[in-house]
Amino acid sequence: MARAATTQRKALNTALAWLIGFLIFFPILWTILTSFKTEAQAIASPPIFLNFDWTLENYSVVQERSDYMRFLWNSIILAGGSTILGTMIAIPAAWSMAFVPSKRTKDILLWMLSTKMLPAVGVLYPIYLLFIQLGLLDSRAGLVIVLMLINLPIIVWMLYTYFREIPGEILEAARMDGATLKEEILYVLTPMAIPGIASTLLLNFILAWNEAFWTLNLTAVDAAPLTAFIASYSSPEGLFFAKLSAASTMAIAPILILGWFSQKQLVRGLTFGAVK
Amino acid sequence: MKLANALRAATALSVMTTGAAFADTITIATVNNGDMIRMQGYTDDFTAKTGHDVEWVTLEENVLRQRVTTDITTKGGAFDIMTIGMYETPIWGANGWLVPLDNLSAEYDAGDILPAMAGGLSHEGTLYAAPFYGESSMIMYRTDLMEKAGMEMPDAPTWDFVREAAAAMTDRDNEINGICLRGKAGWGEGGAFITAMSNSFGARWFDMEWNAQFDTDAWANTLNFYKGMMDESGPAGYATNGFNENLSLFQQGKCGMWIDATVAASFVTNPNDSTVADSVGFALAPDTGLGKRSNWLWAWALAIPAGTQKQDAATQFIEWATSKDYIELVAAKEGWANVPPGARTSLYENENYKSVPFAQMTLDSILSADPNNSTVEPSPYVGIQFAAIPEFAGIATEVSQEFSAAYAGQQSVEDALAKAQAITNDAMEAAGYR
Repeated sequence: MARAATTQRKALNTALAWLIGFLIFFPILWTILTSFKTEAQAIASPPIFLNFDWTLENYSVVQERSDYMRFLWNSIILAGGSTILGTMIAIPAAWSMAFVPSKRTKDILLWMLSTKMLPAVGVLYPIYLLFIQLGLLDSRAGLVIVLMLINLPIIVWMLYTYFREIPGEILEAARMDGATLKEEILYVLTPMAIPGIASTLLLNFILAWNEAFWTLNLTAVDAAPLTAFIASYSSPEGLFFAKLSAASTMAIAPILILGWFSQKQLVRGLTFGAVK
Repeated sequence: MKLANALRAATALSVMTTGAAFADTITIATVNNGDMIRMQGYTDDFTAKTGHDVEWVTLEENVLRQRVTTDITTKGGAFDIMTIGMYETPIWGANGWLVPLDNLSAEYDAGDILPAMAGGLSHEGTLYAAPFYGESSMIMYRTDLMEKAGMEMPDAPTWDFVREAAAAMTDRDNEINGICLRGKAGWGEGGAFITAMSNSFGARWFDMEWNAQFDTDAWANTLNFYKGMMDESGPAGYATNGFNENLSLFQQGKCGMWIDATVAASFVTNPNDSTVADSVGFALAPDTGLGKRSNWLWAWALAIPAGTQKQDAATQFIEWATSKDYIELVAAKEGWANVPPGARTSLYENENYKSVPFAQMTLDSILSADPNNSTVEPSPYVGIQFAAIPEFAGIATEVSQEFSAAYAGQQSVEDALAKAQAITNDAMEAAGYR
């Protein structure tokens, strides 16, 4: 009897998980479906779910109008560059906070996180003026630095959490065996924290990919990533939902694919240390 | 002979080299709408004529506004041409942020720009932006539903007639709403509509001392009339409807009337997108007999930021994009219904364009709007659906949020007006107007 109840409960949980998963994925699914409709079908009421004449016209129009590959390449450089740079800075920072904490470590961690609470628009003008002075406006280098700085608190926090799970005695043993600080971090700490580092990298890459305030305000032509590509199809005066959906689908496809292939690593990293 | 040939070759080479040296690449920030996207498609024609290349940065309207405002106020120099509207142009022109367009070629014929447009895009008589297309607002209505209701739309109706017709056309069982109007918060969305409507009810934003006027009967009448009519005959959730939502409803045959931008006429009469394309009529925006109608005036225009290094190329582009030749080019390729409307007088004198069903009503609507004299009682500001002062966008966004909350039934009209009064007076005091 107890077993039957467990099976029932499992089935219920599974169904609930699928339902929640479907609800979360539904807006993306709807965007993808809309991208294959005509503009008239896209706004039809009641909405048409699957029963429409599928067309690739929107993709053709978007390809013709915009240089998708240029936007895609910029997104890869910005998300990849800021992630790598951020990780290079965050690993030593998280190491020192996890293994050589001081009285102020917790304050520093909280202060770092508090920078995320400031509305971005509040520092738009100072950053914009700095970019003009440094000649970084509409440059990938400038955007990589800004995106790295935005996500750095999250990377440090995540890595700090993962590093805290690693027993300090192992590092101590490495030191006693004569490992230098660099060797300790590179050859002892990093391999043990690989799942955590991988999930941090992935999450940071996704956050940088989707960042749509600085990437719109600090770029024009040369450094504009896929967020600018999507913004060019949004219009408050004119119904271009099907084309906007096609552009959105093209913009999210790479990150969806990346997320799909790395989901195991992502889940493993995010739940690392969650159950003891 | 050889010497002559050598000289000719040297001259040709010199001209070619000079041409190449002056070939620039200009960066243009623009909005995503049908006419602007169409223009991007014809960029090759400009390049062929001038040798200059064009890089486009197309953004959604609100993003564009923030982007170009940041750039021009910090002298960022990211753009050589900016697409701006009637709200920004006089303010930016007065601040010296834009290059005056007072040196346009005779061939361009700046005198042909519709006076209402030129006036709204000038500061102290100097043109600072050239209109690419202009619009007013008007009534678009279903001729079949009007006939079924046993009524006839006059060319210049009153609000009372519109309310009566809306009630007569409403058929909830068949999902037909007598009237669809903007209610969405935002100074350029519902805020623009209600401000233009308030003009016809004798309301104004400020008196001559910049005191807010939301505590007047004129504003109470405006909001009560709007809410009463929309509750009777408007679509469900009208408090969150903007241009696109109403366009979608109208195209699907769910609105008897829609009062909105004249550019919408080409959308609702396009049989590819609209299910009611063959039964749409047009009329002037309504009034209440006080001498002002409730139509607005707007133009998307091209302006050159003062810091650009490519002023010559930018000027050439503006002359090309807003010229009579460009209109001819679009007409030849895509038909007269698709040319950018509302900018040039000559377009409305063109016999071919006169056959476009909404052409005359668009012109009449534009001509009946006067941004320098938009209110029944005197007001200190320029603008019809806005007051051309830098503080307006922020204030009007907050005020329109209060109005939308009243439309949605979250607060009373009286409360919304009281809050609007306080918000506006506080902001104007902080800005040093009072």
